[in-house]
Amino acid sequence: MRTWYFSEMAYHPAWEAGLARGSLRVVLPNGNVDPDIAHGLLTRYLDEFALCDEVGLDIMVNEHHATATCMTVSVPMALAIIARETKRARLLSLGNPIANRPDPVRVAEEMAWLDVLSNGRTELGLVKGAAYEIAPANSNPARIMRRYWEAHDLILKALSTHDGPFSWEGEYFHYRNVNIWPRPIQQPHPPIWMTGMSAATGRVAAERGHVVGTLLSGGIAKPMFDAYRARAHELGWEAGPDRMAYAAVIGVGHTRAEGHRRADLIAGYVRTAPVVAEPFTNPPGYNTIPANVAMLKAGKKKGRIVADRNGNLIDASKASVEDLMATDTVFAGTPDDVFEQIRDFSARMGGVGHLLFFGQGGFLDHKDTVENIRLFAAEVAPRLRDLHPPRRAAAE
Amino acid sequence: MIRTRTVAGVELAIAERGEGPPLLFLHPGEGLEPDRPWLDLLARRFRVIAPFHPGWGGSALPDWVGSVDDLAYLYLDLADALELENAALVGADFGGWIAAEMVARSAARFARLALVAPLGVKFGGVLERDIVDMHAVSRDRFLELAWAEPARGDVDMTTLPDATLEAIARGREAFALFGWKPYMHNPRLRHWLHRIALPALVLSGAADRITGPGYDARWQAALPDARGETIADAGHFPLWEQPDATVAALTRFLAPR
Repeated sequence: MRTWYFSEMAYHPAWEAGLARGSLRVVLPNGNVDPDIAHGLLTRYLDEFALCDEVGLDIMVNEHHATATCMTVSVPMALAIIARETKRARLLSLGNPIANRPDPVRVAEEMAWLDVLSNGRTELGLVKGAAYEIAPANSNPARIMRRYWEAHDLILKALSTHDGPFSWEGEYFHYRNVNIWPRPIQQPHPPIWMTGMSAATGRVAAERGHVVGTLLSGGIAKPMFDAYRARAHELGWEAGPDRMAYAAVIGVGHTRAEGHRRADLIAGYVRTAPVVAEPFTNPPGYNTIPANVAMLKAGKKKGRIVADRNGNLIDASKASVEDLMATDTVFAGTPDDVFEQIRDFSARMGGVGHLLFFGQGGFLDHKDTVENIRLFAAEVAPRLRDLHPPRRAAAE
Repeated sequence: MIRTRTVAGVELAIAERGEGPPLLFLHPGEGLEPDRPWLDLLARRFRVIAPFHPGWGGSALPDWVGSVDDLAYLYLDLADALELENAALVGADFGGWIAAEMVARSAARFARLALVAPLGVKFGGVLERDIVDMHAVSRDRFLELAWAEPARGDVDMTTLPDATLEAIARGREAFALFGWKPYMHNPRLRHWLHRIALPALVLSGAADRITGPGYDARWQAALPDARGETIADAGHFPLWEQPDATVAALTRFLAPR
């Protein structure tokens, strides 16, 4: 299992204001940001990414918009800096929100440039983007996946075509001379990743052989991974753990209490990040018709209730570290604890090859973050690297 | 009665009621709501032909249909297929936008145009909102803005059958498809309104807060031959909120005795 450290580069000083406003995203005015404090935080977060290279971890960056939860507004911009500050780490974009990008050729261009700059260390996640990203981008939520797939196909063709220019006259995108310079080092293109929360995403990712990732819920991950493996099998190949990725909050410490304390601070992110003004949580067309029917039947939401792996209902906005461990949202404790939790999780999932290590989240300070990264890299990551997860889920 | 008819390859579900002069009715983004009283009231004097727009109700939404232009041509084709003559064209909210796009192209089959709280045109500057961002407010806030008395528009969705909820979800998605960007208007339409020579009525709800103050008056001024009328104690959906008064106003204009 590979470990990819990531941090959303949160602006946690505004979280209280966001909670009071009922939304940390979209409608929380940026008057709540002190740019001088933001400067210090961004510098610090980039130092923490650079540390990962020293200690042998890979690096993942994502982006969000108009939010106190994440100051990374552009994956290529952040990875360009990190590429220059690192030598060995592979650099995962997870990802470029291509359903919200008006210019897919620009995405291909920037990521090819990054692959050249990083000497072939780039991995390219092409993501739909969260529901509340629709408003800041003002992209149409109707038919979003048709736009996504057209952008996806165009980006892959732009990265892998060497005898262009070629023309593209599609439903959403129109170009007459696609011919990106430079072209990527990795051919035909850097490894492609997708993200999702459903079995349907597992199937379509399998049809293309992409890595598929999800986050913070074993209950969501398992059906998606199962669907991926089943679809790959139908198509005549066996999908190994290297196709499956999972993001979790991880707090590790010399003592169990210290690991839990760190996880609890990072998990503040999990408790606040979904606090979004109602209309932006489900723009029409973003979710499927059956999902919308279920939401209409359920009526107004009362907290964010999720079921843990024992069937207990948990309100994610108030959950303790122990509650979140039961939903596979958090792995926490000593290095032995954390290794065993991840090993068991991977076995339950049928084999996960990529761990997305959510190792900083808002209120975890620099000193704790550095120790979390160092301890994980020294004591947990090497054992995960040697872990050979079973191909099939353990008997349940 | 709902029947289906295929026009330009698009299978449309059409509510058709009443006898008398033909009236083509184009419904709001919220839906047709044929079981509210307005339709039977209107059908006392007219043969009302009320299609569900593609993606709403039982109407199909083929992949190639995706703009209000498509809907305008589709309903011009429908009027041809039905061989309408001197028909009334009535559009409410989103349906008003479609109606204007139609008769800016061809009014050959229509004698009069009535727009009820129409969307579709922007008159103000870049920083002014002519039309509220209905997708940036909660459902409760939307009802406050769109109804003189919000309780009249509130429906307990949790008790509706799955098929109805599915139609609501499909309609909401289709509304976004056609109206998301530019938001609920065609920036070019304002410059073609001069082509609409038909006698026109712009009907407004006195308590409509979905469009800004004076919006309907600017519509009326932009049409070559239009008058305006306001329905009291009604918001953005006067046909639903004050069906008697609204149908009476429409009837006075469309079928004067």
